[in-house]
Amino acid sequence: MDATSRLRRWFDERFGWNELLAFMEHKTVPRHRYSYWYFLGGMTLFLFVIQVITGILLLLYYQPTPNEAYESVQYIMTQVRFGWLIRSIHAWSANLMIFTATLHMFSVFFLKAYRKPRELTWLSGILLLFLVLGFGFSGYLLPWNTLSVFATKVGTDIAGQTPVIGKWILVFLRGGEDVTGATLTRFFSFHVAVLPALATLLVGIHLLLVQRFGISVPPSVEAEWKANPLQQREMRFFPNFLLRELMAWYVALAVLGALAALKPWELGTKADLFAPAPPGIRPEWYFMFMFQTLKQIPAKIGPLDGELLGVLGFGAAFLVWALLPFFDPGRPGRTQRWITGAGVFALGYVVVMTVYAYVAK
Amino acid sequence: MTDESANQEGRPKRRHFLEVFLGTAAVASLASFFYPVLRYIIPPPTAELASDTVLAGHVGDLKPNTGKIFRFGSRPALLTLTSDGKYHAISAVCTHLNCTVQYRSDLRSVWCACHNGMYTVDGRNISGPPPRPLESYDVILKGDEIYVRRQKNS
Repeated sequence: MDATSRLRRWFDERFGWNELLAFMEHKTVPRHRYSYWYFLGGMTLFLFVIQVITGILLLLYYQPTPNEAYESVQYIMTQVRFGWLIRSIHAWSANLMIFTATLHMFSVFFLKAYRKPRELTWLSGILLLFLVLGFGFSGYLLPWNTLSVFATKVGTDIAGQTPVIGKWILVFLRGGEDVTGATLTRFFSFHVAVLPALATLLVGIHLLLVQRFGISVPPSVEAEWKANPLQQREMRFFPNFLLRELMAWYVALAVLGALAALKPWELGTKADLFAPAPPGIRPEWYFMFMFQTLKQIPAKIGPLDGELLGVLGFGAAFLVWALLPFFDPGRPGRTQRWITGAGVFALGYVVVMTVYAYVAK
Repeated sequence: MTDESANQEGRPKRRHFLEVFLGTAAVASLASFFYPVLRYIIPPPTAELASDTVLAGHVGDLKPNTGKIFRFGSRPALLTLTSDGKYHAISAVCTHLNCTVQYRSDLRSVWCACHNGMYTVDGRNISGPPPRPLESYDVILKGDEIYVRRQKNS
């Protein structure tokens, strides 16, 4: 017996290795015309792993204090070998991850993959999307540049509009009444400790649920397969699906490398807490639709502040969005048409407002 | 009711008592763990401005129809000199979403770059999303020094 099979037997005797292998051999995913949408979840996970690796690398040089943060990122960008590459990939990958996660969400929505019994998978995914946005928001402040400080002022002020506990949230997020060095310390701890712990836990739950329920088949394909069972196709997860996914990951890596090399992430100017907001200031693209909405709402609507109404409106909309699967009866009909309509409206609103924000300036 | 049945009913009662007792103790001990943590994450209040008056600048710092940011305690404030030679001092923290405003000579108004809010030099909100005026301060000239004081009623 050679060394490999001896090692294999050693593991099998202790951990039931062969059972696990047999299980993996039998794992399949359905194969149909929408199969390609399945790649988005794995793609988001891949980008998350890239974030963890590049994030750890950035931690080797980054210093989370208001006096040193900007300079330490500058040092990474200009002095450390390939520092520009690591930071640019971290920033670009963050943006791509938000993009793929959002696309993943809408594809799950329109393919109705959230139907019973997968409501909790959907909910854990929504929570993960919020965590990803939280990563984006907290990480944005860390280079301590002008744009990031104003983005943090605006973002935390919006969170502070929450009725009753708003003030508490604001002070908790800022580490005081105002955005100061204390805010940087907090955001750093959120970004590298709190959020990664929560995200790891939730990704684990999300994947366990996906594994438990298997991958959903869209209703239209399901109906076709029911009518003609011979049409039903599936693909082995190992290695067929995984190899395809791997190819997609390689493409993503190439895109990341190209973006980082051709458009290294900018650093901007060091934050000055007593400087006015620079003209043309605006948030990252993924917050643009909310930014544009807040800009459009008049100062007062009846007795209420417009901003408060906007913030409450978005809060309510996100809540309804997260709970939509629980309203889906699971069969075609009026309710399902309404739900699809809501999805089309949500996607349309986000796209139109984002484009409008860039065109209107 | 016979003695026997009373005895049987007594057991669940005793169990119920123990459950309540244990539950209360568990909740109380958890509260004693979390209370310090909750207090810990809210930072102690920062020292307020010792006096309500600060030195904002000197006569001659500003040309007519310009403005500058100065520190009023821990927050930025805006001192402007209008074309007719009058000084105005207002809070520079936009009442919409907290950005820092600036004086626009071309518009002769105070402008917030974040969401296009507009105020007069004395802080009145005139267009855009700001829901309230900016806090206005008194300007006191002592020799060539310009002092800014929080208004008494605010």
